[in-house]
Amino acid sequence: MFTIKEIMETIRMVQEEKLDIRTITMGISLRDCADSNPEKACQKIYDKITTRAEKLVAAGEEIEREFGIPIVNKRISVTPISIVAEASECQDYVNFAKALDKAAAQVGVNFIGGFSALVHKGTTRGDEKLIRSIPEALDITERVCSSVNVGTTKDGINMDAVYRMGQIIVDTAGRTADRDGLGCAKLVVFTNVPEDNPFMAGAFHGIGEPECVINVGVSGPGVVKKAVDKVKDQDFGMLAETVKNTAFKVTRMGELVGRAAAEKLNVPFGIVDLSLAPTPAVGDSVAEVLESMGLEMCGTHGTTAALALLNDAVKKGGAMASSYVGGLSGAFIPVSEDAGMIRAAEKGVLTLEKLEAMTCVCSVGLDMIAIPGDTSAETIAAIIADEAAIGMINQKTTAVRIIPAPGKKVGDHVEFGGLLGHAPIMPVKKPSSAHFVKRGGRIPAPIHSLKN
Amino acid sequence: MNHIKKDEGGNRVVISVIGKDRVGIIAGVSNVLKDANVNILDISQTIMQDLFTMIMVGDITGSSVDMAALKDKLNETAEELGVRIDAQHEDIFHYMHRI
Repeated sequence: MFTIKEIMETIRMVQEEKLDIRTITMGISLRDCADSNPEKACQKIYDKITTRAEKLVAAGEEIEREFGIPIVNKRISVTPISIVAEASECQDYVNFAKALDKAAAQVGVNFIGGFSALVHKGTTRGDEKLIRSIPEALDITERVCSSVNVGTTKDGINMDAVYRMGQIIVDTAGRTADRDGLGCAKLVVFTNVPEDNPFMAGAFHGIGEPECVINVGVSGPGVVKKAVDKVKDQDFGMLAETVKNTAFKVTRMGELVGRAAAEKLNVPFGIVDLSLAPTPAVGDSVAEVLESMGLEMCGTHGTTAALALLNDAVKKGGAMASSYVGGLSGAFIPVSEDAGMIRAAEKGVLTLEKLEAMTCVCSVGLDMIAIPGDTSAETIAAIIADEAAIGMINQKTTAVRIIPAPGKKVGDHVEFGGLLGHAPIMPVKKPSSAHFVKRGGRIPAPIHSLKN
Repeated sequence: MNHIKKDEGGNRVVISVIGKDRVGIIAGVSNVLKDANVNILDISQTIMQDLFTMIMVGDITGSSVDMAALKDKLNETAEELGVRIDAQHEDIFHYMHRI
């Protein structure tokens, strides 16, 4: 059996250190919902989601009670809508987004991901219609999340799509100007996107995935911080060891909950995403973990090294704890969703450039960053291109979720509320990148893609 | 694949009680468990950081109520006693502390 110490450790992690399961995400294939009649297709989509996920929320709540561990979100990811809707005869896919939104509301999940397109090598007619529909879809729906993959290590970067996404982000911000550009918080531009990511806004159900699957994302920055605090004066070996041990325990929770959910819902268990996911709540911050390691403030010199150690140790511990690790699996550094990051950005210590460097050693990318509302589509495209290049060359996932907050300038604040948090407007560089991003075509795949 | 390893000893819950020590804590909790037909397998108690901490392990195989109802009953008792009581399935501790 267990010792009191072990039992109390678990209880303390949950009650004091905010250990929770961040999300149980049900992936549902919508490939059989295609129909030349768009209304029929939307009906099939609604019916399939509401049938498959009918018991998702109830199962999550049951598991919460049984194990006494909070499960913060229950969510759904679906096959990229550009693929499902392509057979339908219609000019845009806004109605598909509405169908997703309605289905999500019906089953009681707060986000549904998969209003997505994979265009890393080129754009089909369906992809183009989907991308065109993003600003309106994110404006009029509440729960729908969108993502577009613009590059891979194998294929290079589709710069036409990068430029297009720069424009789409500006349009989306404009359409949701009354909400500080909230639409952009639900839109991610990826390179090397994973097909089994349970975290929003970038989740979708990949084309290599089964009919239905349960993926789980854990949390735990608070738990890691408390553990790091305890080895304050020890060397790096001890520090890494401590993070590893803690990540192991956190990930085991994810494994347990994922398997329990899969069993209750009678669908296969997919993966645990062992990402450290912060929230704006006090004591649930990745930045504060880095600061506990000995940095006065996140973003100062040494931050990249600290994050590299943290990310690697989390992976090593997590990989031992779960048979199937997947998704993004690294530390997240979303600025507006992390109290420590917000603080550092407000002080000007954490800058866009430093964040870019940090994304080289962790998942995911420039995440939840608010920039001036008058930033051009070309500059945003160039920011995406930089991030995509890091992903492509380093064979890792990178992403950009950036909000050009309408009417806001450096010194102002945006407030998204809830898990999305708030953020100061961060400065971007003034000189133009327009000529570069407008060249068109693809940046060729790097030499290390030629492995066969 | 999706099967959670059940302990051979049955279906067990770990009941944790944390709070200020006073008369009647063990009696109060035991009463709830008795009424629910939960067999108490183990009790241990200690003082941690000035707080009375009691851990009980109960077998819920023959329990007359489900987990949610049991937790509700324990919560009522917790309020009466001014302590915090939680009941968690043993698997959570197995997963975290044992491979």
